[in-house]
Amino acid sequence: MATEALHENETLASLKSEAENLKGKLEEERAKLHDVELHQVAERVEALGQFVMKTRRTLKGHGNKVLCMDWCKDKRRIVSSSQDGKVIVWDSFTTNKEHAVTMPCTWVMACAYAPSGCAIACGGLDNKCSVYPLTFDKNENMAAKKKSVAMHTNYLSACSFTNSDMQGCDKKAMVWDMRSGQCVQAFETHESDINSVRYYPSGDAFASGSDDATCRLYDLRADREVAIYSKESIIFGASSVDFSLSGRLLFAGYNDYTINVWDVLKGSRVSILFGHENRVSTLRVSPDGTAFCSGSWDHTLRVWA
Amino acid sequence: MSGSSSVAAMKKVVQQLQLEAGFNCVKVSQAAADLKQFCLQNAQHDPLLTGASSSTNPFRPQKVCSFL
Repeated sequence: MATEALHENETLASLKSEAENLKGKLEEERAKLHDVELHQVAERVEALGQFVMKTRRTLKGHGNKVLCMDWCKDKRRIVSSSQDGKVIVWDSFTTNKEHAVTMPCTWVMACAYAPSGCAIACGGLDNKCSVYPLTFDKNENMAAKKKSVAMHTNYLSACSFTNSDMQGCDKKAMVWDMRSGQCVQAFETHESDINSVRYYPSGDAFASGSDDATCRLYDLRADREVAIYSKESIIFGASSVDFSLSGRLLFAGYNDYTINVWDVLKGSRVSILFGHENRVSTLRVSPDGTAFCSGSWDHTLRVWA
Repeated sequence: MSGSSSVAAMKKVVQQLQLEAGFNCVKVSQAAADLKQFCLQNAQHDPLLTGASSSTNPFRPQKVCSFL
C-alpha cells in the first residue's frame, strides 16, 4: 500500500511537471506568432467620422433593475427581464408592451427570444430555464403555458436559443465544442471577472467585457488576445458588449452608466453615450444592425440609432 | 488520501493542455488582416457605421415635409 501511495505521488509530480512544460511551450508558440498588433495592421484604414447616436426610444415599465434583453428576429420586438420578476415583450417602434409575464421569483437574470419569434425563454434565481409560448389571445394565461426546459444547480445567468458556444467565467473565457462537450480554447488575460462575451460577426473572433474596465478582442485562429479597448479615464467595469453588423464598432455598456463605442480595428474610442441613470446591465445590437438596445438598473431600456 | 482523484484531475489538465498545444495557430498578422478585410467588406451594409438615413432607419425620426 505504501508503494501505491508513492507511485501516485510520482505520477502526480510527473503530471504536474508535464503540465508546466506544456504551458511553457504554449506561451512560446503563441509569442512566436505574435508578430504584429491589430491596430498596426489597421493603420492605413480610414478613421471613422463623427457619430451621431441618440436615444430614439425609451422603454419604461419595469419596476426594478433591467437585467437582460434580447431582440426578436423581426428586428422590432424586444424581450426584457428584470429584478422585479417580470419579463416584458415590447414593440420597440411604438414602445407598446405586448406581453408581460410574472415569474415566480425575482431577479430574472436571463431572457432570450426564440428565432421563430413565437416564444421566449427566461430564468434566474429559480434555477430553471422556462420557455413561454407567446400568444396574442387575451384569454390565455401565458404563465399557464410555460414549460420548464432545464434545471440547474444554481441560478441561471444566461440563456440563448442558438448554440451559445462561450462562457465567461471568472477571468477565463473558454470556447466549447458543443458536440464533444470539450473546451477547445481558453483565454486568460483579463484581470478580473468577465461579464460578457460576444462573437465577432465572422465567427473568427470574440470580444469580452470585464470588471477590470477593459474590453478585449480575442482571435480564435491566432489563439490569442489581439486588442484591448481601454482608457485611463474608464475605471468602471464593462457589463455587456456587442458588435455592429460589420464588426467595425464595438458597443460596450459600463457600470458608470455610460456606453462607449470603440473602433474595433484601431482600438480607439469613437463615441461615448450618456443617458442612463444607473448601470448599463445589458446591450444588444438589433438583428439588421439599424439600432442597438441597452437595459439598465435605472429600470429602463433605451434604443439608440 | 485523495491521491487518485488529484492524479485524475491532473491527467485531465495535461490532456487539455496537450489538446491546446496541438492547435494550429495562425499568425496575428494574418488573423488581423482577415478581421480588417471582413470589416471593410461589410462596412457598407452596417447601418450603425454608415449612419443610415432617416428614410431607411425605422428608429430615426422622419424628416417633416411642409407644403410651400
